[in-house]
Amino acid sequence: MNWLPDIFHRRKIYGDLAEEMRIHLEERTEQLISEGMSRKEAEQAARRAFGNATVLEERSREVWQMPFVESLGRDLKLVFRRLGKSPGFAATVILTLAIGIGANTAVFSVVNSTLFRPLPYPNAEQLVAVRLIAPGAAGLADFSTGLPLSSSMYLTFAGQNRTLQSFGVWRAGTANVTGVAQPHEVHTVLISDGVLQALSVPPVVGRWLLAADQDPHGQKAVMLSYGYWQRRFGGDPSVIGRSVAIDAQPREIVGVMPKGFELVNADFDVIAPFAFDRNKQQLAGFGLQGIARLKPGIPITQANADVKRMLPIWEDSWPAGVAGLKAHFYEKTWRVAPAIRPLKQEVIGNVGNVLWVVMGTIGVVMLIACTNVANLLLVRADGRQQELAIRAALGAGRGRIAWELLLESAALGLIGGVLGIGIAYEGLRLLVAIGPANLPRLGEISLDGRSLWFTLALSLLSGLLFGSIPILRYAGRRMPASLRIAGRGASVSRERQRSRDLLVVAQVAMALVLLVSAMLMIRTFQALRHVEPGFTQAEHLQTVRISIPASLIADPQLVTRTQNNVVDRLAAIPGVTSVGFADAMPMDGIQSNWNGVQIEGKNLGEDTPMRLFRYVAPGFFHTSGTRMVAGRDLTWTDIYGRRPVAIVSENLARASWGTPSAALGKRLRDFDDAPWSEVVGVVEDVHVNGVQEKAPAMVYWPSMAPGIYGPNTFDATRAATFAIRSDRAGTEAFLSEIEQAVWSVNSSLPLASVQTMQEIYTKSLARTSFTLVMLGIAGAMAIVLGIIGIYGVISYAVSQRTREIGIRLALGEQKGRLKWMFIRSGLVLTGSGVAIGLAAAAGLMRLMKSLLFGVSPLDPVTYVSVLVVLVASAVLASYLPARRAAAVNPVEALRAE
Amino acid sequence: MTKSTARDLFPGALEMMILESLRRQPAHGYALVQHIQQRSNNLLQVEEGSLYPALQRLLKADLVKARWGVSSTNRRVRTYQITASGLRHLEQEISSFEQMFEGIALVLNPGKSTAT
Repeated sequence: MNWLPDIFHRRKIYGDLAEEMRIHLEERTEQLISEGMSRKEAEQAARRAFGNATVLEERSREVWQMPFVESLGRDLKLVFRRLGKSPGFAATVILTLAIGIGANTAVFSVVNSTLFRPLPYPNAEQLVAVRLIAPGAAGLADFSTGLPLSSSMYLTFAGQNRTLQSFGVWRAGTANVTGVAQPHEVHTVLISDGVLQALSVPPVVGRWLLAADQDPHGQKAVMLSYGYWQRRFGGDPSVIGRSVAIDAQPREIVGVMPKGFELVNADFDVIAPFAFDRNKQQLAGFGLQGIARLKPGIPITQANADVKRMLPIWEDSWPAGVAGLKAHFYEKTWRVAPAIRPLKQEVIGNVGNVLWVVMGTIGVVMLIACTNVANLLLVRADGRQQELAIRAALGAGRGRIAWELLLESAALGLIGGVLGIGIAYEGLRLLVAIGPANLPRLGEISLDGRSLWFTLALSLLSGLLFGSIPILRYAGRRMPASLRIAGRGASVSRERQRSRDLLVVAQVAMALVLLVSAMLMIRTFQALRHVEPGFTQAEHLQTVRISIPASLIADPQLVTRTQNNVVDRLAAIPGVTSVGFADAMPMDGIQSNWNGVQIEGKNLGEDTPMRLFRYVAPGFFHTSGTRMVAGRDLTWTDIYGRRPVAIVSENLARASWGTPSAALGKRLRDFDDAPWSEVVGVVEDVHVNGVQEKAPAMVYWPSMAPGIYGPNTFDATRAATFAIRSDRAGTEAFLSEIEQAVWSVNSSLPLASVQTMQEIYTKSLARTSFTLVMLGIAGAMAIVLGIIGIYGVISYAVSQRTREIGIRLALGEQKGRLKWMFIRSGLVLTGSGVAIGLAAAAGLMRLMKSLLFGVSPLDPVTYVSVLVVLVASAVLASYLPARRAAAVNPVEALRAE
Repeated sequence: MTKSTARDLFPGALEMMILESLRRQPAHGYALVQHIQQRSNNLLQVEEGSLYPALQRLLKADLVKARWGVSSTNRRVRTYQITASGLRHLEQEISSFEQMFEGIALVLNPGKSTAT
């Protein structure tokens, strides 16, 4: 390949060529003169004999060129020159495309990074989430995440499995770091041996937690996340071997995980090892996430069978912990079964649905944008018709003209694509900065090679799509005819107007579909906002989380005293009307305890339904605004006196005793040998899992109560969320006063998860609001583009028919009737589009069903309101040009010709 | 457009004639035209200028090389000379041309072919 030097030597080659051709002519001329011709005659004769020098020189040069590339370059230069001549047109088209392509690239990047790309672990396809289902465990409202594992299960599965290369369990939580300048709370992940081995990501400094670190009586170790290491220790490698106090337990730092490492979907500060004591394990205590790396070539079905085989072994190996539990209770009654799934699915969760719907709608916006551009190109090709006709008459082939038109659209598409990448890049940065909660793998989102290929393909494809429409109209046409039409622009050609009309109809139909989907989301959001969550005035409810580990204060009674003091101090802050605490707030994502609840005189069998538990302090319901339906709240006397009392939710009261008031004085318990607790109050149902989920049946125990793993355990609620009712919630000054109040009780208590209830509530709606915003943007773009489309077509029709309008007006046509004529044609187009769009929407909205709440995919309010909006905008879009038509001065219109 | 009584040459014919001429002696463009016209008894009406695209093709394929010099008539000219690969190429072309010519002749004179 020597074409590169060719390019540099070409100037010389062309010079030589021109020179020798000139000399040739000279020599011939002189020859002819010497044969007796005059100079003039001789020059003419020589040129005749030589042939067309320009063409010949061109052809000689071509020998040295790459004809395709160079002619492409020439054509492109022409395209750019032509676009430069109509900057308004070019800017409109390019901007439309850039926004369309940018939006699509951004959403595709999110889809690609979240759904397509493998998880950031080596051989991630072998990783699975080991989880169970328990369809027979009645009463639990939230089984969407399946049944977590117990520690005894871990010990059995880890020892007995045949299909797993490595297997471990983990749990995310929080802990207090003390012994440093300022005590603070960190996000922790507790892991068993096997978790890090399964993920196979080596530490950046130090070593992994090993099996030896799992010894309950051995040395205590801990690993740090990269971010925490940087923040707290300045990235100092000598941190290895240092000791930190985590929940007042000194632990040696043994390693740091690399930047960006997440444990499945948990963003953590420290990783600490579990230390299961084999001698103290029992069957129950389901609260651990399982993770495994399959042995090479083992399918998930086989791993499921393996776990199924181990379940009876597990039930035979450990004490039940609950008296009177029948053998193989979990297998037979709960019907516990394995439900292993790829780890990626576990991480992504149900966000795939949302992303596909968003991708689909953004794709439709792109289609609408393309039809708008196609319309513009049609108008432009109309303007160039005479030029094209002349060129065709002069011998330009159809292919040649089609090629030029196509090149122009492809160039527009590519320029739009390049700008689109910029828009997508900025959009993604914005998205990551906003960081919608519930969007997994947010940190991994980026524009990668695949996104760029997608953009290139989309740019070319859209160029082809909107470019082919004018080509079909023009390049295929017999040119002499159009030459005649263009010669005298009498009235608009019906045929040409029809293709523009079709585009507008398609546009209206697509816009309608998008508007319906956006509107359905708005209705969903409305329905969600309408659900009474079980608390009031969330914006005036401040929450802070305070944990008191056993290593700080061992005695449960003392813990409760401390908490009681904190409540009193907080209540003394000016502006605070009431304070209470519970083990968790509704919707905050903290896993609740649950267990089977027996009701005196009723279900004493083994099918006792599972009920969610909450541990509350006096005043909590009053503070959060949860209504007492019957009976009374707990009192401090109940708590300090360890009185066996409980409060139940209204739905539990109705299900068990018929009416809330009938529940008062009745008794329930959560163990066969636990003491009966008397129901002293009934509170309204609370949507603890978010307003889109049913409010589960709940039992509220006193904050100091028997532990769930045995009748003889007794503990306080050590990790508690304090709810503070005040108009000052969320303000900086208020928060520091809260801090001072807490530290005046005990200066080792760090405050964590400081947020208002409103923030918690908003976060729980994140998925819906994310979808709503995205579909809202798509819908807004669709209607704007649709209006532009209708406006463009009608106003073009007006401009084409100026003469006709002039004649009509001169003949005495009423202006009102003239306006109506144009508005009517706009409405006819809209009407056809609406009819098609309605049919399409009715079919497509079924796909959105999983995202909707409290509204049918065929919700009449939605359809009617979208129709009204669309028709009103169509009337407006055609009224403006119609008014211009009516304002035409007939004399001028006719004179202009 | 004018109708030419003369036939167009087939592709490669002009190159073949140029190479054959250059095999006898190096020459510049004008001299090549003169030579071809004389040798063909003016039967071939070649546009003089069409020589140049052909020469460029030969140059590019390294079948000839060119050098600026001064002619016998004391004129600055660009003289072309056949290269070794040009010679090989010419021989191949001539033999394949002869084959083709024979084939065409057989088809055009079928009587002759059955006789033999």
